[in-house]
Amino acid sequence: MDNAGPILIDLVVVVLFMAGFAQFRQPQGARRGNLTAAVALALATALVLLRDPVRGWGVILAAIVLGGGLGWTVAARVTMVQIPAMVAFQHGAGGVAAFLVSAVELTREPLAGLSVAKGSGLLGLILGAATFTGSLIAGGKLLGTIRGTPILLPRHGLLTLVVLVATAVLAGTIGFGGPEAVLEGAIALIVVSMGLGLVVALRIGGADMPVLISFLNAASGLAAAFCGIIIQNRLLVVCGAVVAASGSILTQIMCKAMNRHLASVFLGFGPAASTRSWLPVEPPVAAPPSGPEPVAPAPPVSPPAPGPAMRATAPAPTIEPAMPPQPPADPLSAAIALARDAKSVIIVPGYGMALAQAQFRVVQLAKRLESHGARVLFAIHPVAGRMPGHMNVLLAEADVSYDQLIELDDANPRFPETDLALVVGACDVVNPAAVLTEGTPISGMPILNVHEARHVLVCNLDARPGYSGVDNLLYSRPNVLPLFADARQTLEKILDGLGE
Amino acid sequence: MGTDLLVLLGTFAAALAVGYLLISKVPPLLHTPLMSMTNAVSAVTLLGALLIFKETGDPEPGAAALALVGGIAIATAVFNVVGGFAITDRMLKLFRKHR
Repeated sequence: MDNAGPILIDLVVVVLFMAGFAQFRQPQGARRGNLTAAVALALATALVLLRDPVRGWGVILAAIVLGGGLGWTVAARVTMVQIPAMVAFQHGAGGVAAFLVSAVELTREPLAGLSVAKGSGLLGLILGAATFTGSLIAGGKLLGTIRGTPILLPRHGLLTLVVLVATAVLAGTIGFGGPEAVLEGAIALIVVSMGLGLVVALRIGGADMPVLISFLNAASGLAAAFCGIIIQNRLLVVCGAVVAASGSILTQIMCKAMNRHLASVFLGFGPAASTRSWLPVEPPVAAPPSGPEPVAPAPPVSPPAPGPAMRATAPAPTIEPAMPPQPPADPLSAAIALARDAKSVIIVPGYGMALAQAQFRVVQLAKRLESHGARVLFAIHPVAGRMPGHMNVLLAEADVSYDQLIELDDANPRFPETDLALVVGACDVVNPAAVLTEGTPISGMPILNVHEARHVLVCNLDARPGYSGVDNLLYSRPNVLPLFADARQTLEKILDGLGE
Repeated sequence: MGTDLLVLLGTFAAALAVGYLLISKVPPLLHTPLMSMTNAVSAVTLLGALLIFKETGDPEPGAAALALVGGIAIATAVFNVVGGFAITDRMLKLFRKHR
């Protein structure tokens, strides 16, 4: 082992990378973890330059300044709502680097016959090129430049199959073939792989985006790892593998939280493929476990006058039961009364909150309720938003303390003891049809059981079903007060009504 | 050569396993910053892009084309690295605990 020295140095860099990942276990350490990984990557770059002298510094420096400047500028300007699109475009950039490096290595000294190195190079090339176009489509959909719903080309299924087979055949031909015409083959393979990324990403849309973006994360990591095998660089292999692991874990979590198989997301089975609207099998029955729940009796509050009189200083009197379950004459006043009387509140945000730019109002309302003595928590469904954990970032930006952000498993036992569940721009993830009816696309999907709370306020734009196409049974339940309008405006009205 | 590649495949498997263990400990709260950070790390392909410019001694045919391809690879990888780490840091700064 004459190369023990370099191996040891590489090991130090790898340990540094791992230490960075390990620090993501807690929000307090994550920032340091990010910095640790950045330092590790800088060290790895320095090592490469020390070991293998390069020439052409003019081009190298120009490329670094261009890429770095653009990356820095975009990172500084992007808003938290745009984060998923930004991450998608970055996956794409990583894909470009991976397929270009693989292509250069494959063609520089073309090898005859199949080898581990050649196979890895081909896989790195395919994954990189497909990640590039797939990410462009994903990013375009997330930004709204492209229609966000699944886009189906004519005979989309057949087309996907043809492109897939073409990719495999072409890769096989280059892989088993001789050293001649590898360059032409590689270029053709890049084009076909790009087509593959395109057809796969086009058909995925809407609430399936978190699955796509997680999958692209895994693919870009895998591309880097294969790239590392062909250039025989340990650091590339290790980093690529960890990213691939991370992306796969997130993909798994997203699929589970949506009650979908990866294959059905990619091949377009399930809600994305069906155009019909799912109707509930039975009318909503299932009385809440705590007995008959009255609808919130709206004490006819005429336009509430702000002032000390409005302040809920003492615990609100218990709401009289036995009110007929009919919509209150003035839902907004009823909502304000509910908000004023609630001692425990759980807010459930969805992507609609981000669309309505309502997160700051939501947090303002939460703080107002807290100042009135209520305990407020935010329950985050794993697939709320357009990428894993998106809601947490939006709420953190709106100044929510992270210990108020709770997960599904933590939230569900709390709903039966909660006075008020406030749904803002979330639909499928709170639809009781998932637990009450069978045979719908969301049956069996883990949901936030807001319907078990004493009262539920829904600030959604309209009563249309969510991405799954299943009508939301929540809206017709007796303890639910839906306020269909722009969420931000609704929240502003409730805030006005509550007074200081 | 052959054994080196086998070692690399072993390294890949080991890193996948360690990565799996480490990442499964990350709370959903941090999944967006996690993806953004791993995204920056996946641009470690920068190392490969730099090696396109490795000194080989004899002048290669198509050196200009190689420089162009290498330049694009470096620019995209650096975009990914710098943008990824910077935006992750911006996000993580937002996660605060009051009281």
